[in-house]
Amino acid sequence: MSKSRRILAMALSATMGLTMLAGCNNSGTSSTPNNTSSGNQSTPNNSGNSGDASNGKVYWLNFKPEADGTLQEIAKTYKDQKGVDVKVVTAASGSYSQTLTAEMDKSNPPTIFNVGNALGVKDWKDFALDLKGTAIANELNSDASNLYDETGKLVSIPYAMECYGIIVNKDLVEQAGHNVADIKNFETLKTVVEDIHSRASELGFDAFTSCDMDSSSSWRFTGHMINLEYFYEQKDNHWTECPATISGDYVDKFKNLYDLCVDNSISTRAELATGGHDPSQQFKDKKAAFTVQGSWEYSGIVEAGLTNVTMIPYYCGVEGEEKAGLNSGTENCWAINSKVSEADQQATMDFLVWCVTDPDTSAKLVKEFGAMPYKSAAASENAFLAAANDYANDGCYTMNWATNFQPNVDEYRNVFVSALNAYNANPSDTTWEAVKTAIVAGWATQYNAINS
Amino acid sequence: MDNTSTISTPSAPKKKRYKNSYKTTMRKWCWLFLGPVLIAFIIGFVWPFIWGIYLSLCKFRVVSETELVGFENYIKVFKDAGFMHAFWYTALFAVVSLVLINILAFMVALALTRGIKGSNLFRTVFFMPNLIGGIVLGYIWSMIFDGILSNFGTSILLDSKYGFWGLIILMCWQQIGYMMIIYIAGLQNIPDDMLEAAKIDGATSVQTLFKITIPNVMPSITICMFLSLTNGFKLFDQNLALTGGQPITMSPDGTIVKSTEMLALNIYTTFYGSNSGAQGTAQAKAVIFFILVAGLGLAQLAITRKKEVQQ
Repeated sequence: MSKSRRILAMALSATMGLTMLAGCNNSGTSSTPNNTSSGNQSTPNNSGNSGDASNGKVYWLNFKPEADGTLQEIAKTYKDQKGVDVKVVTAASGSYSQTLTAEMDKSNPPTIFNVGNALGVKDWKDFALDLKGTAIANELNSDASNLYDETGKLVSIPYAMECYGIIVNKDLVEQAGHNVADIKNFETLKTVVEDIHSRASELGFDAFTSCDMDSSSSWRFTGHMINLEYFYEQKDNHWTECPATISGDYVDKFKNLYDLCVDNSISTRAELATGGHDPSQQFKDKKAAFTVQGSWEYSGIVEAGLTNVTMIPYYCGVEGEEKAGLNSGTENCWAINSKVSEADQQATMDFLVWCVTDPDTSAKLVKEFGAMPYKSAAASENAFLAAANDYANDGCYTMNWATNFQPNVDEYRNVFVSALNAYNANPSDTTWEAVKTAIVAGWATQYNAINS
Repeated sequence: MDNTSTISTPSAPKKKRYKNSYKTTMRKWCWLFLGPVLIAFIIGFVWPFIWGIYLSLCKFRVVSETELVGFENYIKVFKDAGFMHAFWYTALFAVVSLVLINILAFMVALALTRGIKGSNLFRTVFFMPNLIGGIVLGYIWSMIFDGILSNFGTSILLDSKYGFWGLIILMCWQQIGYMMIIYIAGLQNIPDDMLEAAKIDGATSVQTLFKITIPNVMPSITICMFLSLTNGFKLFDQNLALTGGQPITMSPDGTIVKSTEMLALNIYTTFYGSNSGAQGTAQAKAVIFFILVAGLGLAQLAITRKKEVQQ
């Protein structure tokens, strides 16, 4: 009797333990993908002979929070039409790297993830399928933004083409008695901007939106505007990999434009470190005629009722800048996880091809992303991307996204932001020197940090 | 049950038999009650801990694919100027917050055990900040501080002094109520006759405080000091949300110092902010961090326990 009770007790505690273990397992479906698939180099194609896509699942770890709604809708449509599960998870703004690292360790890791720059390739190349010659790569209409590793493996391919510069509300500029077409260089930009700012109370709007330096806005300067410095450094010989050092020859040109924006904006320098002004909304509310932003803002701006808008280049005082164009490129690139089962890889490949070839779906995605560099994708209606093309067609040089080479990007920008905060609190040569140190010496430090 | 008959047997001393049967029953059934907790403890603590130590000796991008590199990660940790700065900064913060939180919490507890009107309401109000999450608190307080500092043309992100004292104020505001509850429990346990005897003997209120009250609440002091010391060392959310390590200074030779970054945040930024080899270094930092916090916590417990008195 006593022995049987002891056995019963053991059995009960074991059952409870197992129940808890079962609770820890989050895979709710019976089909478990093979996480230890050794077929890293297998390249699924659209014919479906290397994995049965109907058994596969698609998991897209989305990089663009603003696109989440559209992607969820597309996932549902695909499930309805093809019967294949598509899960879309969107990482919170600024935390993609953390989310990806955590998700990659799970038993159902993402099958599609974003690898958008040189650092991403370095970190995730071992997890990416070689896309060379695959069905989705064959749909591309240009290979200009493809990302390769040092062995020539095609790690990721772009899905959205973007551009950034200075967005202008043409109506407001005209209301102030100026014409956007007259803005051709830094001097003309300065004249218009300073005039609007000096008459802000009379006009009812200012020149620039707030130049907040909190994490929701600082990237517009430390990630985008600084591109003008990198671009002019490598204008005649584009970087193909991250250089160990930069010269900083054009940091003063960055200062020209940065100071112009900050000094002629809605908010004072003292308010910028904390931020919280929502520059995008200020622009939509017609509180300013200019904002430093990118093409992804277009759909939001149009929805807010502004239609007479365009984008102009970063005019900063460089000689010959009358021939400058917009900053065009992308960091929105798809990589397919090579560690998931072949069925999942195949299902993912089929899904991506469907995204860029199905007329309705590609139209939705193009509306969200601006433009997709694929042969069968819908045409873009984005006025900013059209402006980028117009500049290029007029013989202006396109500024490539050299900013994608920023080493150890988050840390590099943190130091940069802190230096700009100190400069804004007390604008002087000394504090600007610290900004220059953060840009130039910071580059070398972070390069060494990732290559040590 | 077979032990019922054992208990009812009239021969031999009853107490001993009862004790034996109790022991037998406990032995029989203990695994039923201990089992789930033990399994949970192994899954939730022991296994991750062992795995964490192993990872600190590896180079990895995701934890399922690791490459053993020996003590390389630990060597890197001690060469990291940012980590050493974070260590001393955290130590200073822990000491200052420990002293302030405990003194203020004890004073509030004393005031609220005097039977003043509305004591219960005050206790609830003082305790409430503890119910708000650290990240939310950090952002709210950054707005409050900047609301004040912007009048002087500065911000909490611009001077490490503001960052330090801002964090201290935030932590005091959050933790005092919690520690106060523990102190109130201790104060209410002081036997009235002891206080009465002191009064009759003519002890002043200061003498009563130091000779009767404080020695009697030593167990509460021990636990409160332990909690505030370890909380100070482990602080993460508030640090991330309030300053995120800013202001960051960079010397021309490229050395970066995040002046308000504490240890836990330093581990986090190392793990996510650097190259693919840095995850192992961050893990090594985490192991050192554990040893440090556990060691300090236990030492503090041992020291304050000695001062506890038997009532």
